[in-house]
Amino acid sequence: MGINFRQETFRDDFTFRNSPEFIRRFPFPFHEDAYMYAVNIEPHVQGPKGTVFENLIDVDEHYVAEMQDRAKVLAEDPLRCQSLPHMTLAGWDLLELLMTEQAKGYPEHFTLTRDGDRWRWINRPLGIDDTFTFGDLSTLPYGPMEYITRQSQGDFCILDQRDGNLWMDAGMVTTQADWSLDFDIGMNFFEWHAPVPLAHEKGIFTRALKFLTNIQQGKPARRLNWTMTINPRLDTSPENYHKWGPDRTTVTPDNVGDKVHLRVELQSFWRLPRSNALVFPIRCYLIKMEELVTVPKWARRFHRVLRDLPNELVEYKGLTRYRPAVIDWLSKYDDGTPTSPGFTPD
Amino acid sequence: MSAGTTKLNVTVTDVVAVNELVKRFHFERTDGGDLPTFSGGAHVVVEMRDGDKSRLNPYSLMSSPHNTRDYTISVRRDDSGRGGSLFMHNHVKRGMEMVISYPVNLFSLDLRARKHLLVAGGIGITPFMAQTAQLAGEGGNFELHYTCRTPALGTYADVLHDRYGKRVNIYYDDTNERLPLERLLASQPLGTHLYVCGPAGMIRWVRETAAAHGWPDETVHYEHFAAPQPGLPFDVTLALSKLQISVGEEQSLLEAMEAAGIDPPYLCRGGVCGQCETNVVSYDGTFKHNDHWLTEAEHCSGKKIMPCVSRFEGKSLVLER
Repeated sequence: MGINFRQETFRDDFTFRNSPEFIRRFPFPFHEDAYMYAVNIEPHVQGPKGTVFENLIDVDEHYVAEMQDRAKVLAEDPLRCQSLPHMTLAGWDLLELLMTEQAKGYPEHFTLTRDGDRWRWINRPLGIDDTFTFGDLSTLPYGPMEYITRQSQGDFCILDQRDGNLWMDAGMVTTQADWSLDFDIGMNFFEWHAPVPLAHEKGIFTRALKFLTNIQQGKPARRLNWTMTINPRLDTSPENYHKWGPDRTTVTPDNVGDKVHLRVELQSFWRLPRSNALVFPIRCYLIKMEELVTVPKWARRFHRVLRDLPNELVEYKGLTRYRPAVIDWLSKYDDGTPTSPGFTPD
Repeated sequence: MSAGTTKLNVTVTDVVAVNELVKRFHFERTDGGDLPTFSGGAHVVVEMRDGDKSRLNPYSLMSSPHNTRDYTISVRRDDSGRGGSLFMHNHVKRGMEMVISYPVNLFSLDLRARKHLLVAGGIGITPFMAQTAQLAGEGGNFELHYTCRTPALGTYADVLHDRYGKRVNIYYDDTNERLPLERLLASQPLGTHLYVCGPAGMIRWVRETAAAHGWPDETVHYEHFAAPQPGLPFDVTLALSKLQISVGEEQSLLEAMEAAGIDPPYLCRGGVCGQCETNVVSYDGTFKHNDHWLTEAEHCSGKKIMPCVSRFEGKSLVLER
């Protein structure tokens, strides 16, 4: 059985879409009819079958296509993957975490065999079967972080913890919502969050940092974040702004359903055992407006959230130009009836 | 459970008398599986069930972080302490089942360092046992300076000397050997990080001397391993839970809350991590602050207390718990 991996693209002809069962498992991020920042962090524990929380590292029908897209981004811009010299140990930690979790959650697709430091990794969807020595750089074709994150959905930031702060000292970032690893590398938690409006005033980052620096081994945590993207493009980086920025002018009443996407990031936070670093996997999920409205509750709620969003957030998330067209389109699916609390479809 | 870590069920597989004052304890997973990998400098919290008393004390892991078969800790007997170390020495035997926390590291190596200069006093040697194993395995550059009272009480001095030769320097008090701290600090290559673990007085001396020699704060790392001290009993009102509790002479405020069914979060139980920080609603008396978390100003303010190590003497204390 296993997952039926779709052949699709996130650029040029944009053939990405979600199959009906994957629409139902989309991590819809609004538990009520309004949105404001909060420290919405909860334990990252396994959730019900048929949700993205079924496994702690989620693999879905877009896996193969996303890995092909990542390889293209890296070929054009190798600086999307960087690791400062002291972060190699954390890279091995991450390799262990991702291999272990993917093999545990999807045994039909991934197999990890360990014999002391001698490890064999089989990745069937990508046709990989490698044997290597854990801890020995010369036995892998890339550094450990790059090797495993070329085979894992989502972006990964590895943060060194020292002096009571977190430092962005390694990462693989190719599916980001308009931020740049090359720009942020080496920055601390407050430095890389400096552009976010409203949250500083609420003391959110101070509290969030305190929470994150206390994350313990075996107790990962998670939160959801969201924005919107025109066309199903994973790589909306500042480096490629000239490619995706103009897309925002192409929204018309007729193409909202197909072109406009809600983009949700599932961010999880894990303590790594050998390096005592933290890793933040940032997993991006896209859903088209015409897919979203197949769940009536989500259609009504997203219409209300978008309509009532504070202006600062509209600006920061880059929605200004096309938001009226989307609200107008969504209003057809909002008859004003109340929505039930919580994220799940009715 | 609001505590910060996951628990591990372990069996004591060996108890070894290292010298007159120190015993070493070996733990394996009771279910036979692997223990979590950890990083040098990490500790575990050991839960001791002593009749109706329950004590949870932190101890540094001293085995190699690469060894996931067993964890080892070393416990120095403290005859005037609250009884945790005495319980470990007198009651913990091979074959006993115990509960320990997942490893937590509040004294981690800065892996950017070009060189690690490690300074230990007495039983403060234990985190360095794991850190030197980790550094040696990765070809790291380190130098250990270790002061102990006498050769007979020089816990693991011989082991360390055998493992690392000239990288280990030992100073015995009874022959008046003195750690040449000023000379050491003046002669390190750029990019050296300094780590110190030992008695409070030694930590203060090393930090102050380093500061006087212009070492940036970010390059000086230290771990206080002092367990909570006993003291006079006192009564506390927990305002949120509407409970009156009494803290016994050999009990910490945190333990008294736990005994009453309140479950404040914790990681270190040693006044370092900040997790159990508690607001004071009102008080009439004097705080005995023993933590390293709150600032001097917060200690003076009478608005906060760290229940894991700090105590109170006076008429009344009301806490927001």
